Amino acid sequence: MALTIGVPRETFAGEKRVATVPEVVEKLSKLGFAVAVESGAGEAANCDDASYRAAGATVIEGAAALWAAADIVFKVAVPTAAEVGLMREGGTLIGFVWPAQNPELMQQLAAKKATVLAIDALPRQLSRAQKMDALTSQAGVAGYRAVIEAANAFGRFFNGQITAAGKVPPAKVFIAGAGVAGLAAIGTAAGLGAIVRANDTRAEVADQVVSLGGEFVKVDYEEEGSGGGGYAKVMSEGFQQAQREMYAKQAREVDIIITTALIPGKPAPRLITAEMVQSMKPGSVIVDMAAERGGNCELTEPGKAVVKHGVTIVGYTDLNSRLAKQSSTLYATNLFRLAEELCKTKDGVINVNMEDDAIRGLTVIKEGEVTWPAPPPKLPAAPPPKPAAAAAPAKKGGHGHGAASEPMAGNKLAIMFGVAAALFWFVGANAPAAFLAHFTVFVLACFVGYMVVWNVTPALHTPLMSVTNAISSIIAIGALVQIAPPLSGALPPDPWIRWLAVGGIVLTAVNMFGGFAVTQRMLDMFRK
Amino acid sequence: MSGNLATVSYIGAIILFILSLGGLSNPETSRRGNLYGMVGMTIAVLATVFGPRVTAAGIPWIIGAMVVGGGVGLYAAKVVKMTQMPELVALMHSLVGLAACLVGFASYIDTSIQFTGAEKTIHEVEIYVGILIGAVTFSGSLIAFGKLNGMIGGSPLLLPARHWLNLVGLLVVIWFGGKFISAHSVSDGMMPLLVMTVIALLFGIHMVMAIGGADMPVVVSMLNSYSGWAAAATGFMLSNDLLIVVGALVGSSGAILSYIMCRAMNRNFISVIAGGFGTGGGAPTAPKGEAAQPAGEVVPVSAAETAELLKEAKSVIIVPGYGMAVAQAQHTVYEITKHLREKGVNIRFGIHPVAGRMPGHMNVLLAEAKVPYDIVMEMDELNDDFPDTDVAMVIGANDIVNPAAQDDPTSPIAGMPVLEVWKAKTSIVMKRSMASGYAGVDNPLFYKENNRMLFGDAKKMLDEVLVALKGA
Repeated sequence: MALTIGVPRETFAGEKRVATVPEVVEKLSKLGFAVAVESGAGEAANCDDASYRAAGATVIEGAAALWAAADIVFKVAVPTAAEVGLMREGGTLIGFVWPAQNPELMQQLAAKKATVLAIDALPRQLSRAQKMDALTSQAGVAGYRAVIEAANAFGRFFNGQITAAGKVPPAKVFIAGAGVAGLAAIGTAAGLGAIVRANDTRAEVADQVVSLGGEFVKVDYEEEGSGGGGYAKVMSEGFQQAQREMYAKQAREVDIIITTALIPGKPAPRLITAEMVQSMKPGSVIVDMAAERGGNCELTEPGKAVVKHGVTIVGYTDLNSRLAKQSSTLYATNLFRLAEELCKTKDGVINVNMEDDAIRGLTVIKEGEVTWPAPPPKLPAAPPPKPAAAAAPAKKGGHGHGAASEPMAGNKLAIMFGVAAALFWFVGANAPAAFLAHFTVFVLACFVGYMVVWNVTPALHTPLMSVTNAISSIIAIGALVQIAPPLSGALPPDPWIRWLAVGGIVLTAVNMFGGFAVTQRMLDMFRK
Repeated sequence: MSGNLATVSYIGAIILFILSLGGLSNPETSRRGNLYGMVGMTIAVLATVFGPRVTAAGIPWIIGAMVVGGGVGLYAAKVVKMTQMPELVALMHSLVGLAACLVGFASYIDTSIQFTGAEKTIHEVEIYVGILIGAVTFSGSLIAFGKLNGMIGGSPLLLPARHWLNLVGLLVVIWFGGKFISAHSVSDGMMPLLVMTVIALLFGIHMVMAIGGADMPVVVSMLNSYSGWAAAATGFMLSNDLLIVVGALVGSSGAILSYIMCRAMNRNFISVIAGGFGTGGGAPTAPKGEAAQPAGEVVPVSAAETAELLKEAKSVIIVPGYGMAVAQAQHTVYEITKHLREKGVNIRFGIHPVAGRMPGHMNVLLAEAKVPYDIVMEMDELNDDFPDTDVAMVIGANDIVNPAAQDDPTSPIAGMPVLEVWKAKTSIVMKRSMASGYAGVDNPLFYKENNRMLFGDAKKMLDEVLVALKGA
């Protein structure tokens, strides 16, 4: 029996997102689910009822009817007590729950004998789970929006321009915290043409910052700040001192600061003090993405944009709702991926498989029983901090060309010299003088060949082979001198020799002409 | 022309040959290098023909033979397709080997120059060795030709106790060698010589039959080396320094190429020649432990989605492999390259040393398709650039992009240098199916999160990609 997924209209004030969009409804139907959407659920995210209907969803008037009809409810914001009250006994809920912050809600849900999958409890370090990672997708959107808000409040261009009306310097943007939101902000600001700097306590993100067009600003203090699970941890006092100095310096220099620093389970760290705000140029902008958790800036007022000391401080907590369509689309896809994992049989029935690391982490309540927090998953990949060691052995071997890659070990070399000396002694003691002359030439020619061929570029290895092929037809000389040698004595030359020699010349002539011609043909193709 | 003049001409020819090889260090100078080679060859042949060792009676024969052989050679050079270059090269090696045999036999029958004592022994050893190498080169190259051509299956033929067979063959050859040297007349010596030739031919066949398709670059360059040593042995036999020098040049060139190829596969030269993959071999698909089983899922994409990815990329690296040669897709690859370059995309090619069936095979194919050589890079030149690359497109290659070579010490290809395409933001692998590569190793790349698979014939798929790119 196929289950019905219900998507209610979000009731939280200012929440404009919706848990699924029409494009995703179609995909959910393909998994075998029926989809029911509350009338007006997607209105604020530019998805009207008609488009849901067109995608195959039923539209239900009123929250109560919707909750009653749904076996599984997809939600965005944390459900309110009223919403939980509407929930069907033994139903399933998927959405943001934040179990650590909402213990009463957990109890209510457990009392409903519900199964709850908290998208925020996803074990993010599992690479398989990334496609379901709504925190990441939402943070990315928020990071983008933060830059747009900053640009809106900022009185100048982001990119530098030289126009007939004068020269415009590019805006300088500093981004504190290079997590998903920070990185999205770096990419967006760099895309608008600003000079972007960024800092994070986790040194390993420096490369990511640079790859998005930013410049990584280091704190002049040695400490590793990676706290596991993709978050940073609280740093030592000495580090914080050095960090404050760095922020103070940046505040004096830049036009825009975007802060994204969060530490799980703690209030947001205070990075930007009132004095720093004061030291900024008038007209500067601060966007505090941590406003909801107290703010990274001392003067932030959550939910509002205020002007203090001539600096606009944006503390919006609804950046995602300010880009509702995009946020909803990504969130809907995250939930769809989760539905796929839950319904591998594609028959519209879910199986909450507690053996699966990702599902186990997500499931905070299973049939009324609280299963949160989940045990840490067995880590299949990503060994934590040894990137330097892993990179080193990969480099060995395979240089393109050049002299032998490494000097040989001493004793091996000694053995080789010994063998060579014995060979030479043997030849010298036994061979006649005429042979020795040829032998000398042979050995020297080997060395010349060795030196010359190492210089050949790998791209020309095929022409090298065909040209050496052509050259080795020099063996024709051997046949040539046999075909009609000057007569020694009265004996006429053996006809066998002549025919063998003619055969030899024919064969080598094929090589001689063919080899050079094909080499020429190939080399003519190599051009810039 | 006097003997001294002929000798001086030979020196000139030698210098030209060395310059010819030296010219290949750079595509700019390579054409002149080839010209040097031709001039050197002309001087050497003319100096011999008009030298003291050839009388006027031979000239008609020589001209006739040259015209026949030269005609065949030029025709072959004109019609050969660039994808068939490995076959042509292998065939040409076999000709050199056969010529060395013929010259060896003729030299043995020739009684016009008499040696005594140690000189006689050395001369006969030279003949014996010369014919031996020539025969192995001849039959081995023919088999290589057949394998490259597809007439003979690519999988290694592994006879039971093959190493013992080879050893017995070697002992028989040495024993007959002793009889040959102690023979008093030409007719007495002919029998051991013929027996040895037959054994050498069989050995050549056996040796190459035991080597699998993807080891072909090593085999072709090894046979290249042998053909040089055959020429050098002939030079000793005829007391001709020109032959010795040229033989040594070609021989060491082939040896170095073999070495480079082996190193690129992290294989020991001996184990390649000994045949099969891994000396324990015989069952390359044998289970390699559950630990090596890659986890994750394969994400297939369509040609249109591939075009979409390429369109949005700022930098692209294309990694071609044998599959591109098989599908004859190089021209389409060039069209795509041209299109993207006009759009300002930084597009480059990453060539693994053993991609294809011959050293430098991919370079020649791309050059044929007019891809400028300055965007065709070696593995080491761009392996560090993958993290900054948006899309890495792998066309018909497998083992050379297998991350298991770095990550999994138990993998049969562990330690082989590979192109790190998985470090690019997105990698696209074009393949006909999920079948594993030559080494029989599953490729964890296909299961990586940022990897996409484009299944189908490379040429057909790339044509669709091109249409999609131009369409929008």
